[in-house]
Amino acid sequence: MESQSGSVSPRKVTVWIGGAAGDGIASVAETLAKACARTGLYAFAYNSYQSLIRGGHVYMQIRIGSKKVWSQGDFSDFLIALNTDTLQRHAKDVSPGGVVIYNKEKIKLEPGLIKPGVTDCGLPSSTIANKFGKSAIMQNTVALGALSYLMNFPFEPIQDVLTSTFKRKGDVVVNANVGAAKAGYDYAKENFKAVPLTWQFTHKKRMFLTGNQAVALGAVAAGCKFYSAYPMTPATGILHWLAPKGPKYGMVVKQCEDEIAAMNMAVGAGHVGARAMTGTSGGGFALMTEAIGLAAMIEAPVVVVNCQRGGPSTGLPTKTEQADLFQALGASQGDYPKFVLAPANIEDAFYMTTEAFNLAEIYQCPVIILSDLLLAEHFETVDDFDFSKIKIDRGEMVTNYSGNGEYKRYLSTPSGISPRAVPGTANTVYVAGSDEHDEDGTLISDVFTDPEKRVVMMEKRMRKMTTALKNLPEPQIIGPENAELTLIGWGSTYYVIRDAVRMLEKEGMHVNHLHIKYVWPFQSKAISKILKSCKKTLIIENNFTGQMERLIRQETGLSIQHNLRKYDGEPLGPIQVCKKIKEVLSEKKVAELVAH
Amino acid sequence: MAETLEISKFKSKIAPDWCPGCGDFGVLSALQKACANLNVETKDVLVVSGIGCSSNLPGFFGSYGMHTLHGRAVAVAEGAKLGNPDLTVVVTGGDGDGYGIGIGHFIHAMRRNINMTYIVMNNQIYGLTTGQCSPTTELHTQTKSTPEGSIEVPINPIQLALVSGATFVARGFSGSQDLLSDLMMKAIKHKGFSIVDVFSPCVTYNKKNTYPWFRERVYNLQEDHHDTSDWNSAMKRSQEWDTRIATGIFYQTDAPTYEEQDPAFKFGAPAKQKLGLNAEDAKALVENFK
Repeated sequence: MESQSGSVSPRKVTVWIGGAAGDGIASVAETLAKACARTGLYAFAYNSYQSLIRGGHVYMQIRIGSKKVWSQGDFSDFLIALNTDTLQRHAKDVSPGGVVIYNKEKIKLEPGLIKPGVTDCGLPSSTIANKFGKSAIMQNTVALGALSYLMNFPFEPIQDVLTSTFKRKGDVVVNANVGAAKAGYDYAKENFKAVPLTWQFTHKKRMFLTGNQAVALGAVAAGCKFYSAYPMTPATGILHWLAPKGPKYGMVVKQCEDEIAAMNMAVGAGHVGARAMTGTSGGGFALMTEAIGLAAMIEAPVVVVNCQRGGPSTGLPTKTEQADLFQALGASQGDYPKFVLAPANIEDAFYMTTEAFNLAEIYQCPVIILSDLLLAEHFETVDDFDFSKIKIDRGEMVTNYSGNGEYKRYLSTPSGISPRAVPGTANTVYVAGSDEHDEDGTLISDVFTDPEKRVVMMEKRMRKMTTALKNLPEPQIIGPENAELTLIGWGSTYYVIRDAVRMLEKEGMHVNHLHIKYVWPFQSKAISKILKSCKKTLIIENNFTGQMERLIRQETGLSIQHNLRKYDGEPLGPIQVCKKIKEVLSEKKVAELVAH
Repeated sequence: MAETLEISKFKSKIAPDWCPGCGDFGVLSALQKACANLNVETKDVLVVSGIGCSSNLPGFFGSYGMHTLHGRAVAVAEGAKLGNPDLTVVVTGGDGDGYGIGIGHFIHAMRRNINMTYIVMNNQIYGLTTGQCSPTTELHTQTKSTPEGSIEVPINPIQLALVSGATFVARGFSGSQDLLSDLMMKAIKHKGFSIVDVFSPCVTYNKKNTYPWFRERVYNLQEDHHDTSDWNSAMKRSQEWDTRIATGIFYQTDAPTYEEQDPAFKFGAPAKQKLGLNAEDAKALVENFK
């Protein structure tokens, strides 16, 4: 039942659950998605919400398929409307052959809201729910049961998830929830016809998690021992997952008075040898920038996660955007070495976080991970992470100094990397200065100013980037080599690009895809080489000014010919991307790739 | 007694570059004496500072040091202490650094009762930027930024510490070396967050609060029947100023430290723990998401 196609097929099904904040949408969605994950189906869930705790309009989009689901899709096939507002907003867009589920005792359906060909599935939810408990949220469980029948989805996995979710609340609660869901299922069975979807269950249980959780899990796996943060959407999920779990693995999880403290504390912890990370969104990141420069100057390893949201200022607190690329690149005054990593998906969020800790310690500098609200907060089914792939590399450490002469913390070496001793080590006492300093740490900033030494130290630090460029994995093109069009993206647009490419392949169109994950230091040579081999190029970003497009131009002198930019706060849908691709492919006149 | 001790190990190869007669010389030597008396190893001490004249202290001190950002020394030091609680962490800085730009970190650090010591060289002026008013500049004082006299009420750091939950609150005077060194020793030995506010006169830019001005006024609380467990009495004494100014320990109490209460420290110092997960823990974490 590919959206808007009208033809029923079990390839992908999209369910939207809409209502007000506080209606319990997330729990219904999570139950459904988990049930899918347990039967071996893939799910992708994105919550479109507002910055309020009660009220407003919230809708969760869940896309389910037998094969990997890459995005939340564009339209819904099944809509559960928990209030009238949701019906008015979304009922008209339900795909032909789809279903609208709502509580007919509470919501009055206006004529014409549901299109012909879409099943009107009003349920006596209040009456059914009242048999099982007083909570209004029980009505959602009734709707979930009905959905299960209407999707031709077996009830057992739903029952299984409800049971494990409510187990710790006791049998009474478990039975009430399972009973309400089953009653919803039975009512739908008696009164409506299910959409004849055929599901291919492999019963392979998979992980189901968000990007934030993947980052947090990556931190635990990498041996992060210190996480400091100030609550800020959409990065708070990292703090929430780590707060109870981190200490069990020896991690200090510290909520701070502000992001300035969070960053400075992480620098302090990193400096003394504890693997340290902090997480925030763009506004908090702005407050952190001075201390990011401190980390670079004293060569303290530290990982900073920026889960981007719509900006500037408070901007769109609960909406997605990729407009902090330049902020990350320009964070702090002065020139200094740093890494900017942009995980493309949940798997990357895990593995690249573990890698970030290695890069921070090997190169002794800040590593910025650029996530965004879509990646940070959407839930997805993924294959189990392979912990055996994780290598911990702490770089060159001095634990027992017995060298000739005095230990020099900032020794100028060919690689730019100076063997690192942490406070507490014998015979390596030094002062780490945020002022410019000599190889042994002596300040050379003011009274001892020595222009030659300044040059040596600046070049030593920056040499680390030259060294890093030799060692970073090179970007690869995904898809056929001689494609008519190359799509370029970074970060979370990976999903929608992959999804669009797959849709177009079915139509016989072949495009390929370059996704930039190592944003800084920029791999100019490799990216330049790839771009010069492309026939047509289209870059897709969630920002207004085309920040990656401009970075590519700055670093390679090459101008991407076409762009698709979205900055309304909602993630791109695959149909939107396909439409743009077709438009570009049909264009006969091709602009020059080289503009300068 | 102090003369017989080996304090030279806490001297660095760099000679202090403060103005001749600066109060900070006395603070440096008192801290060197205190550390020597405590018999700690130079490798186990981390002195953290911010930016300002007094924040240059770690460079002149013979232990590990961090010379960080203006106003952020306390936050960096908190991270360092929580990263490796086996270190003796001492923050040194000025009144602008700690009571101005860094006041938020100062207050929150006191609430947390992390086992560390904060020594503030309070000269009631911004020295390194050539003489502007500071958060502790007295009312009506003329400075470069307040040519008509300061019209803002000064911060009283002792009161602020008392109301913020500090478990050791003391004040010293750079001109009273033995008392200052003794206060620093007690502050470092104290289990929890200790603050020592030190009158450290700026001989260049503060022409009012000078050595003679303080000498005429300071007295030692411990020689004046003060009960250090009496918070209300401490508050009262902290309000003295114009004619009589208290130094010594205002308040001390025993309370659990942050490190004692955070379960993460059961696994030892975060900086010294073995990294990486065993296969069993990894599997359990993966299953947790199913």
